[in-house]
Amino acid sequence: MNVLKKLKYALMTNLIGKPYLRIERKKSEKKIAKLFNPDSPLNPPLKITAYTKEFVSSHYFKGRYIEGVKPVAWVTSGAPIEILKALGFFLIYPENHAALCGARKVQMDLIKTAEKEGLSNNVCSYVRTDIGSLLSGRTPAGKLPKPDLLLACSNICQTVLHWYRMLEKHLNIPLVIIDTPFVYNEIEPHQVEYVKKQLLHSLLPVAEKIAKKSLKEKELKKVIKFSKDATELWLEILNLCKEKPSPLTVFDQFVFMAPIVEMRGDRETVDYYNEMYKEVKSKVNTRKGALKRERRRLLWDNLPIWFKMRELAVKMAERGISIPISTYTYAWGELAPLMDLKKDEFEVIAKVYLSPILNRGTGHKLNTMVKMVKEFKLDGVILHSDRSCKPYSMGQMDQRNRLIEEFKIPAMLLEADQNDENAYSEEQIAIRIESFFEMLGVSYG
Amino acid sequence: MVKAMGIDVGSTTVKVVVIDKNKKILFKHIENTKPRIKEQVKEVIGKVKERFKGEDIPIISTGYGRKLVEEAKKSMTEITCHAKGIYYALNTTGTLIDIGGQDSKVIVVEKYGRVLDFTMNDKCSAGTGRFLENTAARMDIPVEKIGEIALKSEKEVKISSTCTVFAESEIISLLAYGEEIGSILKGLHRGLITRIVGMINSVAFTPPLMLSGGVAKNRAIKEMLEEETGYSIKMPEHPQLIGAYGAAIISLEQNI
Repeated sequence: MNVLKKLKYALMTNLIGKPYLRIERKKSEKKIAKLFNPDSPLNPPLKITAYTKEFVSSHYFKGRYIEGVKPVAWVTSGAPIEILKALGFFLIYPENHAALCGARKVQMDLIKTAEKEGLSNNVCSYVRTDIGSLLSGRTPAGKLPKPDLLLACSNICQTVLHWYRMLEKHLNIPLVIIDTPFVYNEIEPHQVEYVKKQLLHSLLPVAEKIAKKSLKEKELKKVIKFSKDATELWLEILNLCKEKPSPLTVFDQFVFMAPIVEMRGDRETVDYYNEMYKEVKSKVNTRKGALKRERRRLLWDNLPIWFKMRELAVKMAERGISIPISTYTYAWGELAPLMDLKKDEFEVIAKVYLSPILNRGTGHKLNTMVKMVKEFKLDGVILHSDRSCKPYSMGQMDQRNRLIEEFKIPAMLLEADQNDENAYSEEQIAIRIESFFEMLGVSYG
Repeated sequence: MVKAMGIDVGSTTVKVVVIDKNKKILFKHIENTKPRIKEQVKEVIGKVKERFKGEDIPIISTGYGRKLVEEAKKSMTEITCHAKGIYYALNTTGTLIDIGGQDSKVIVVEKYGRVLDFTMNDKCSAGTGRFLENTAARMDIPVEKIGEIALKSEKEVKISSTCTVFAESEIISLLAYGEEIGSILKGLHRGLITRIVGMINSVAFTPPLMLSGGVAKNRAIKEMLEEETGYSIKMPEHPQLIGAYGAAIISLEQNI
């Protein structure tokens, strides 16, 4: 049976999938060219933009035929995936999938399905989107492969614990939870030891059993190396946005960050970011910005509003407002220096996954924002108060006040949601944004 | 003679102000907002132009309907216009509370009417003029009188519902239990004030406190806000016109 599945997988992904996705890329290239006409306030995006869609779609395309070929795991965005990758797992990230649904604007139907089945509208909209997709079988990715293993890590929020327990019950498969204690100041040795123990004694045996093989150190080192290389490149790309005018806006970054989240640990991802780096660097060398005219530069805090990306990007660009960076996109790069290849792999993994911004105090985020404002030469901060992402939004009120009062940095709270359109009031948000721009001295007719 | 016009198309009323080069009000007009805003605005502006025949007066629009004012050279948000208007009306920096029909805002105003910080209550109607309007209608009392009645009452009932619609049903049951209208009204004002104080606490507050918007005409709002915050409140002569006045000043500044 497995031989047949492997044959089908090879046939579909190579002979049919690749040419199909290439045609799709050509289509998106045309679509992009249309969007960025001479009247657009934005310069044409990177050439790699159309390929990004092909690259990410190829992952989901493989997923359609992967069952029986490779073991499949569904994981949280901050899960220690290097161990699973080294064991040959194919990974699906429900959070990214939910974001994809939001960006394609098909999420509201899925959210309704989940709510109809009893999920409260106070639950994170990623959870509602994904549960809606699981129950209805509808997804813009075609089909998501059924998992053999679930892996959740508490470093991004507590919701994932409930979410994955729900999946465990529904799918009747093993769930491994990696508990990463909250880091108040510095990471303590006992915290590293605690996480390392879980990796070795909770995750590894279950994963090896499902993969039907033992973990090889060489493989693990290779995966960590690819993770590190891609993460470092991402960080370098983002740091190029310190230049004036910024070669990318945060709205580009939200799209370009997909592979660093869901395809890290792969050689192709390193190649992808290498290409991107070259293109961004050449934009910097020729002083070509993402916007035709950059009048003010802002920081974005929190997740994007996936279903309003294009509208917001254009609205900001029309006024000459550039957002060269966000705490969210930067979070996927700033862990690179921690990936020390000379040290014990499990210790490195434990440290890396203890460190995400959401597993640290609100003061840490404030300091990160102040530092970014200085380094990226920014004029203000937009804090997206995301109804769904409680840990990211917690503390924003104080962070905003301290940015204004202590650091004299203009800041605005924007109440919305990453995926739920019901939490987005069009006119009210427009007034807030416009008032903030006027406050920054950018008015318009 | 140099003149400038500001028009504030709010959710409840349309306000027009014409000023001279010394920012003195030459003309003011307020009327209720009608459903066909575009036509209404055209008519109002036509009348003003008739009055100042032959003069080319530049217009800036503001308010929820600001983009429907075709005659305007430019539109600006209420936040910017209110800050500008209050600064020149009272000749001071400080923190402005504007309670309008559809939303309420707290704006920290700097020199020359620049905005330092602002916050808006735009998700819930319980901090807006509509909250009082609705309940006044439910009790069959003209909205202009509710402030006086509330202030006269010694007793105050707590209205626990934080939603305008649900507060209305709460009031019905309080009336059914024989509660005095005055004490219910005082409780209602308290509810609104508590929300406003929460907003004041969330901005980079600078004294003095200032008040604008149609609701400023309600004396209970001013007195109870002073009681809750401990600050005395400065009021402009025409609190309802501050947005339009600010728009007119911006129009003047940009044309000199």
